[in-house]
Amino acid sequence: MSERLNVSKTYKLYIGGAFPRSESGRSYTVNDAKGGFLANASRASRKDVRDAVVAARKAQPGWAARTPYNRGQILYRVAEMLQGRCGQFTDELRATGLSKSAATTEVEAAIDRWVWYAGWADKLAQVTGTANPVSGPFFNFSTPEPTGVVGIVAPDSPLLGLVSVLAPAIVTGNTTVLVASETAPLPAITLGEVLATSDLPGGVINILTGRRSELAPWLASHMDVNGLDLTGASGDLAVECEKAAAENLKRVLRPVEADQPTDWTAHPGITRMTTFLETKTVWHPVGV
Amino acid sequence: MFEYAPAPESRDIVDIKPSYGLFIDGEFADAEHSFKTVNPATEEVLAEVSEAGAADVDRAVAAARRAYDMVWSKMAGGERAKYLFRIARLIQERSRELAVLESIDNGKPIRESRDVDLPLVAAHFFYYAGWADKLEYAVADPRPLGVAGQVIPWNFPLLMLAWKIAPALACGNTVVLKPAETTPLTALAFADICRQADLPPGVVNIITGAGQTGRALVEHDGVDKVAFTGSTDVGRQIARSVAGTPKRLTLELGGKAANVVFDDAPLDQAVEGIVNGIFFNQGHVCCAGSRLLVQESIAEELLDRLKTRMATLRVGDPLDKNTDIGAINSAAQLNKIRMLSDIGEQEGATRWSPPCELPDRGFWFAPTLFTDVAQSHRIAQDEIFGPVLSVLTFRTPQEAVEKANNTPYGLSAGVWTDKGSRILWMAQRLRAGVVWANTFNKFDPASPFGGYKESGFGREGGRHGLEAYLR
Repeated sequence: MSERLNVSKTYKLYIGGAFPRSESGRSYTVNDAKGGFLANASRASRKDVRDAVVAARKAQPGWAARTPYNRGQILYRVAEMLQGRCGQFTDELRATGLSKSAATTEVEAAIDRWVWYAGWADKLAQVTGTANPVSGPFFNFSTPEPTGVVGIVAPDSPLLGLVSVLAPAIVTGNTTVLVASETAPLPAITLGEVLATSDLPGGVINILTGRRSELAPWLASHMDVNGLDLTGASGDLAVECEKAAAENLKRVLRPVEADQPTDWTAHPGITRMTTFLETKTVWHPVGV
Repeated sequence: MFEYAPAPESRDIVDIKPSYGLFIDGEFADAEHSFKTVNPATEEVLAEVSEAGAADVDRAVAAARRAYDMVWSKMAGGERAKYLFRIARLIQERSRELAVLESIDNGKPIRESRDVDLPLVAAHFFYYAGWADKLEYAVADPRPLGVAGQVIPWNFPLLMLAWKIAPALACGNTVVLKPAETTPLTALAFADICRQADLPPGVVNIITGAGQTGRALVEHDGVDKVAFTGSTDVGRQIARSVAGTPKRLTLELGGKAANVVFDDAPLDQAVEGIVNGIFFNQGHVCCAGSRLLVQESIAEELLDRLKTRMATLRVGDPLDKNTDIGAINSAAQLNKIRMLSDIGEQEGATRWSPPCELPDRGFWFAPTLFTDVAQSHRIAQDEIFGPVLSVLTFRTPQEAVEKANNTPYGLSAGVWTDKGSRILWMAQRLRAGVVWANTFNKFDPASPFGGYKESGFGREGGRHGLEAYLR
């Protein structure tokens, strides 16, 4: 009796809630830790970056206008879907060279990280906002608002690092365009499949795979991107991107900030959320 | 318009020296080169001021580093607090002198320097003084950054100094501050206040100079933190120059604020708010309400009242207590305002100013209003930084939001309406760091201030202002 042939998956991009191939028609080979063929991942282009930014911009006002409670529920739903695909993520992480127990630990940590961020949705404003005791007849208060569209150069940690940069950017109402790890992009696309089935509106998270050095500079110089997380960039690429980001004064999360964890299992703190928040102060008069 | 006899504030209270050195490590020392600072209302030369070169910047940063390592970072927060309280008191004691000096060097009316700038300066030091020994309640594990290089503009010389120095010192940093080249005198007077307060040498260093000096400071390797208030163009350059370095950066840049007036607004109050929004400090205000967005149904009536009110504005001697609008700060700024206003006419907008006699000498610009302005006009897009108001209209709240946000800037906005729910609805949608409802140009040390988008990042004032100077 012959063995059944597996149906293998085509890994594509995730833009605006859909899974297109790169408009450039390009792909690149992704191998496992032993050099065996895993998949042909899409090699995204500048045009794909721009399409993804358009999708993110379109989704941003609606996502920010959701109630924090609703955003928290949707993020929690993502964690539920992640849990359901535990086995698949574990397999994908093992292919990157992790042992079974290490892969399982990382998947569990990623799910827990996502749940931790989900809970922040309706609490962060109470931690970072203030009522300001001004010297005059005004009710004066400051509240955090999302920065807008955030570009993310994801680190190479294929799942825990990935969710640790993605969740804090969106939980506050930003939308994102993420450049996945170049060497281990497959969990990112599988995460896209999780997101597509989690009530997350299309365009809130857009995921590109391909050459980091090709895509990151386009993201950094895009004038409709408001924030840039360079966690996955290093050396000259990071400097080039930070310089390009100055053109429209993007808020930049640098790769080498002393207070940023490189150990993805460490407690994340709130900097990853607050970097992509604006503080709005409103003066409201008091009188009869 | 009533005729008023001149009521000039006495200049006797200030003693301007013929020349000033740099204030480094607690001592004044002359630099190799110098430049002149003039009174913009008379064009008289006030003093020769040292121009710090690269070697001077080195010395200042080294002094700040020594003071940080040896003294300031080791001092108990409560002791730092007392120095800052002491400085706040000295400012209050010398407040009239500083107000007159500010008006002479900057050109702003004494009414404003006396009643707005100086009270806010003292209040800012007083506010942050109290934080110095309470930082652990503001952020987890507060640690200072080190040496802060700070560059400030000429529109609120002493107030911007206070916004920069007070939180930096409260958090345990030491500073090298460069005031603007056209308004160095009150910063140098502040150096004297630091000496009167017995502040340890090197904790505050004041270096005077122009753009070159500022660049040498922000690009200096010994600086851990750069704080800049000024134009968006220079802010961009600074953001580029700190890329790839470990320096922390906060930027408070330009603006093109919309002041939105709905048909149910209390019109007389709104007119006062519009006037205060754009003519306060000659419009040399980054958060000035330079775009008036008025609901179409009341546009005619509002403009009539606004023009009537504008005709009562008194332009002239900054030291006269009746003056509403003082001198433009420099010839260069006057040229820029003239150029953009001329472009406004060329692009098809209608220009109006009240009959207004301007002094023969000095730099002056009459309060000006443009109607028939399209959103694409440069006077609706560019920051003019002068007493020039561009008027646009809207029909629906949605349109008002759309037009208000149609700018790369996002520093401030104003909303005028009687309806509380509409104020909050607008406040949620305006992409600006400060939203004033039924008021404008209000500032307070406890209230965070700063921009969205290309108006910069970071906040000054309030608990948020501490974050710019802590790890």
